[in-house]
Amino acid sequence: MSADLVAERPVASTQEVRRPGRRVAFAVLSALAGVVVLLISVGVAVTLGPADVSLVNVRDVITNHLHLTDIPVRLSEDAIVWQERLPRALVAAACGAGLGVCGAILQSLLRNPLADPFILGVSSGASTGAVMIGLFGLGGTAIGLSGGAFIGALAAFALVMLLARYSSGGTAAVVLAGVASTQLFSALTSLMIFAFADSDETRGVMFWLLGSLEGVRWDDVTVTVTASAVGIVVALFYLQALDAFAFGEDLASSLGIDVVRTRVVLLVLTALLTATLVSVAGAIGFVGLVLPHAARLMFGQRHARVIPASAVLGAIFMVWVDAVSRVAFQPTPLPVGVGTALVGVPVFVALLLRRGAGA
Amino acid sequence: MTLHADRVSWRRGGVLVVDEVTLTPRPGETVGLLGPNGSGKSSLLRLLQGAARPDSGSVLLDGEPIGAQGRRAVAKKVAAVTQHAETDTDITVYDVVRLGRTPHRSAWGASRDDDRAIRAALERAGLTDKADRMWRTLSGGERQRAHIARALAQEPRELLLDEPTNHLDIRHQLDLLHLVRTLDVTSIVAIHDLNLAAMFCDTVIVLHHGRAAAAGRPAEVLTPQLIRAVYEVEAEVSHDDVTGRITISFAMPSRCEQPGGVPMTAT
Repeated sequence: MSADLVAERPVASTQEVRRPGRRVAFAVLSALAGVVVLLISVGVAVTLGPADVSLVNVRDVITNHLHLTDIPVRLSEDAIVWQERLPRALVAAACGAGLGVCGAILQSLLRNPLADPFILGVSSGASTGAVMIGLFGLGGTAIGLSGGAFIGALAAFALVMLLARYSSGGTAAVVLAGVASTQLFSALTSLMIFAFADSDETRGVMFWLLGSLEGVRWDDVTVTVTASAVGIVVALFYLQALDAFAFGEDLASSLGIDVVRTRVVLLVLTALLTATLVSVAGAIGFVGLVLPHAARLMFGQRHARVIPASAVLGAIFMVWVDAVSRVAFQPTPLPVGVGTALVGVPVFVALLLRRGAGA
Repeated sequence: MTLHADRVSWRRGGVLVVDEVTLTPRPGETVGLLGPNGSGKSSLLRLLQGAARPDSGSVLLDGEPIGAQGRRAVAKKVAAVTQHAETDTDITVYDVVRLGRTPHRSAWGASRDDDRAIRAALERAGLTDKADRMWRTLSGGERQRAHIARALAQEPRELLLDEPTNHLDIRHQLDLLHLVRTLDVTSIVAIHDLNLAAMFCDTVIVLHHGRAAAAGRPAEVLTPQLIRAVYEVEAEVSHDDVTGRITISFAMPSRCEQPGGVPMTAT
């Protein structure tokens, strides 16, 4: 929120319609509150599950592993917290933050409130890639499902950019190319599943397609947290451009924004970030579509707020949804993508209704 | 020095849309850009903004080709109010006007002058009491004024307006053009209404098939002969000796001149 700190410094004005000082305080407090809620959410989420682990134990396990303390903890608890639940909660947070930011960027850039991180065909490309690896073992174990998904995602995105490039090249062309690419790769995935998969394989693939955080490890934490952090930091350099796109590219250009460069940088950024997250966690729907809207409804349209808020809200949301999907139907885990929709839709409807009442 | 076009030509999709047009506004004056639909007004404005490069000739800003200067540097001097600049986002008037500060701010927004410039622009456009209103609640006239306030917050020397009076009622047309005329900037306004152009513009340039058919003071340029040649309509121009202004009245298209007019038929 550093952007707002600087932009909103109190300026002597004849009219005290708005009080910049208070707004800065509000922004800083919301940001701090968001991070605190996120940390608490991760802590609490880790205690949830078939084996009872208390918050105190969670704290001890974490501080032990950070070499801050040396408190005796039962080995089973240590394993559950450190090997299973904590990495899972952190990957959930990273995916939520990354998908939230990608959604916020694409909705502004493409001027489309229905844009989500998968609008560029990335998720269907990823499934095609993963299914190819899963069914045919192409590339062997060296690439794995994740590697296949990542390559497939980038192939789909490349197709989108090529199609957009050789049509008019505007944002409408990007959206249409995304739709075409999504359909093509979905069809390829279905074709392969129907033609070659047996029912067990189908179930495995379906589970992965719907988004799943089963069996994530610390490697995955490193990958997703790094990717999301880089994505958010790059986005922070384009806050003004994202604001300026509100009235379209011509106006953004007349405000001094390099429209072509901004579009290419942000499309490539969101594609790479989404591809990375999808390759680890599958296509987790809904977060990237709805959380940016929630952020806008709560904090207004300025991207200096929308981007950080989408990241923090997305992270908190995903941590809870994952915890609930883990516990709700145990021992059968629910694909987290199903959970995001089941939990997210009512939340979103509530926000919309509140907005309608306030207008 | 100022913004001027020197014999610019621009070919778009094989059609010559701007053909050797020269435009040299004096600082502070209001220039009317006239001409029928498709005569090249919007295209010329795009060239003047540096949004497109002419195929020949040059657009100079302070003596330097506009294409050779950075977009940001240009945006600090030249602001544009384009047609159809709409949004679906729930943005306040204050934040719309704040967009005008974009070229003056660093990546993480630091200019201390922002709030002052935004308030001054809102005041100038008569929108101070509507600063907190949402865009979607504004009328057409208020939206145009908000765009002009946004352009003013850019603190430009040159203001380019593409048919800013479109869809406004007569009072708002007069208000808006009066506002533009009294601004301390050089304004180039594409406009359809010849009477409004005659009222508010210091000079006009009339485009016809991309070429400048005439240029100069409205009273000298807007003659029945020129209107017939460019717009293909008959007009009478009367001079008011007190105000020095002209008023143009148009004749009915010739097929309607028969008493009773053209019979109304289902076809």
